[in-house]
Amino acid sequence: MKITRKDFPRPLDLKTGRIDLSHGAGGRAMAQLVEEMFLAAFDNDLLRQGNDQAAFAVPPGRMVMSTDSYVISPLFFPGGDIGSLAVHGTINDVAMAGARPLYLSAGFIIEEGFALADLARIVQSMAKASKEAGVPVVTGDTKVVERGKGDGVFINTAGIGVLPEGMAISGDRARPGDALLISGSLGDHGVAVMSQRASLGFETEIQSDSAALHGLVAAMLDACPSGINVLRDPTRGGLAATLNEIARQSGVGMVLREAAIPVKEAVRGACELLGLDPLHVANEGKLIAICDPAQAETLLSAMRAHPLGRDAAIIGHVVEDDHHFVQMETAFGGARVVDWLAGDQLPRIC
Amino acid sequence: MKYVDEFRDGVLARRLAAAIHAEAAPERRYHLMEFCGGHTHAISRYGIEDLLPGNVRMIHGPGCPVCVLPVGRIDNAIDLARRPGVILCTYGDMMRVPGSNRLSLLKAKAEGADIRMVWSTLDALKLARDNPDRHVIFFAIGFETTTPPTAVALKQARALELKNFSVFCNHVLTPPAIQAILDSADGSERLDGFIGPAHVSTIIGSRPYESAAAHYRKPVVIAGFEPLDVMQAVLMLVRQINAGRFAVENQFSRAVTRAGNEKAQALVAEIFELRDSFEWRGLGMVPHSALRIRDEFAAWDAEKLFDIATLPVADNKACECGAILRGVKKPADCRLFGTICTPENPMGSCMVSAEGACAAHWTYGRFRDAQKKKDKQPA
Repeated sequence: MKITRKDFPRPLDLKTGRIDLSHGAGGRAMAQLVEEMFLAAFDNDLLRQGNDQAAFAVPPGRMVMSTDSYVISPLFFPGGDIGSLAVHGTINDVAMAGARPLYLSAGFIIEEGFALADLARIVQSMAKASKEAGVPVVTGDTKVVERGKGDGVFINTAGIGVLPEGMAISGDRARPGDALLISGSLGDHGVAVMSQRASLGFETEIQSDSAALHGLVAAMLDACPSGINVLRDPTRGGLAATLNEIARQSGVGMVLREAAIPVKEAVRGACELLGLDPLHVANEGKLIAICDPAQAETLLSAMRAHPLGRDAAIIGHVVEDDHHFVQMETAFGGARVVDWLAGDQLPRIC
Repeated sequence: MKYVDEFRDGVLARRLAAAIHAEAAPERRYHLMEFCGGHTHAISRYGIEDLLPGNVRMIHGPGCPVCVLPVGRIDNAIDLARRPGVILCTYGDMMRVPGSNRLSLLKAKAEGADIRMVWSTLDALKLARDNPDRHVIFFAIGFETTTPPTAVALKQARALELKNFSVFCNHVLTPPAIQAILDSADGSERLDGFIGPAHVSTIIGSRPYESAAAHYRKPVVIAGFEPLDVMQAVLMLVRQINAGRFAVENQFSRAVTRAGNEKAQALVAEIFELRDSFEWRGLGMVPHSALRIRDEFAAWDAEKLFDIATLPVADNKACECGAILRGVKKPADCRLFGTICTPENPMGSCMVSAEGACAAHWTYGRFRDAQKKKDKQPA
């Protein structure tokens, strides 16, 4: 389908224009928004066909599918925005199966009155993230809700990927003795977002770590094709929640060494001020890997050789434990449980 | 991190632990109460109990303002928040604390009440200025540390002639609570010394503990909230107990003086006065243990502006919080602990906030109970 000026005599006003209800009503205004905003940014063969769905050939192997909705506040934060986050987050969920992500869908729920300039900034950031990751958005949807019924924009993305036969990475496969690795420093995303909240308003040099991790996963699988048992990205609830989930799924316990866990000085400082535990703070560009102890060093080297795993570290190991406790040897010399976060640390972090 | 790592040094911790092991007499008992939740949290989070000899036992006191606030006052706050035109704001810790019928501020908010979380009393004032057509109530809680900021807010409200701002005052006092614990049944016999409050003492100084220390013949060491502070305070208490002394000593000399912050004390005295009595969850009615707003500031006192009655609400009968706070029982001795009472679903005061004795033990230390049970089982 060719975009011609004839269909829409005036282009979208990206300087002062705002979303109104007609942009979601199925009429000409919506068609223009789709074409000039979404098609122009995400441009690819499948999308250009202009259908309500994308049809594509399925490569051999098993398919992996995941979906996630993004409601983060504020929409723009140091190191990213809701658009790039919506691409990275879903790619990561697919990649944590050990899969190669292939395609994304994108659904937008936009509030009446939302500035077209902000929407354009978000969509372009999303398109950039998708192109850099090599995972195109091939189908999408737009809805507009009345003023006061949304908060700017919410985005849902779904992703599909393909998993080679024989690959079995899953949260229930951690075994006593396995080594526990993290790809880098903890808490960057959560602290970067918190620093932008009006009620907190502190300044920090910390940027969100939001990134697509499928390249790192591929490098790890190249180095250790059979030794990785579990991969997961510690997002909401942080490392603590992720490890407790896996401990329960696998029916094991874990022991961490606090001194080995990488946390940036500025993140520690912010957490100290706000009374937070960095182990509970969200990440959007980190993964944990649980692997055969004999391959831990090989895996660590492969991770450190990748730009997104430079600060990777071995932070503990899996143990037998009927209580499924995640314990930590503190740097101080004692021991403690690393528990789930009780309640909500801060709403709408992703 | 500068000025923080120095107080969390593992090597120094082991050195202090060795000194405590060397000086604590094996035949003696050292039951030490840390009054403050801040200390309880540090002890649990850094695993300090692992570094102490078996006969040096830390007993977690009631120094967590969220935990000791009686259910009736939470009901009052929820009632205020539901009144038309009201915005109720408070510190984040209060949001999840359950009142009667399992209702909390968080749940009341979900039902439509306008309840906001603030980080300081200035945020509350700003909320009032930004919403002139609404009445903003600040739900004030806390020990002597958080009282001066509330006093500042009240003074500013008067200076600005803010008509749509008031404070629901629940500020409580530390020394009367220590005395209540020592006066309780065998409380005095069960405790051998106190780690005194850190931040509270920066305001009130070390002097207010002197009469209790002398009267009950119990040593007090005021300590900072970092783990090395706690270890050093334990060593200082062990030395006092060994020597039969009962002085008030100050480990937290980098922030606390004998007289405290006299400016803050004067401000608090100008705006608040003693209540005859106030209910503490876990301790019951404690005479002269809380503050109310003086009549000169009645126009900003939610208790006077709104018609509210505080009804006593009993805790679950099986709840052992009272005994745990007095050091008679440990969290694991309570049959509610970890069964129906958890941080997600707290039944008693000690489980309410991360600084409570039961919540700290559940969150950081419960693996020890499992270990003990396992050790007891025949191989």
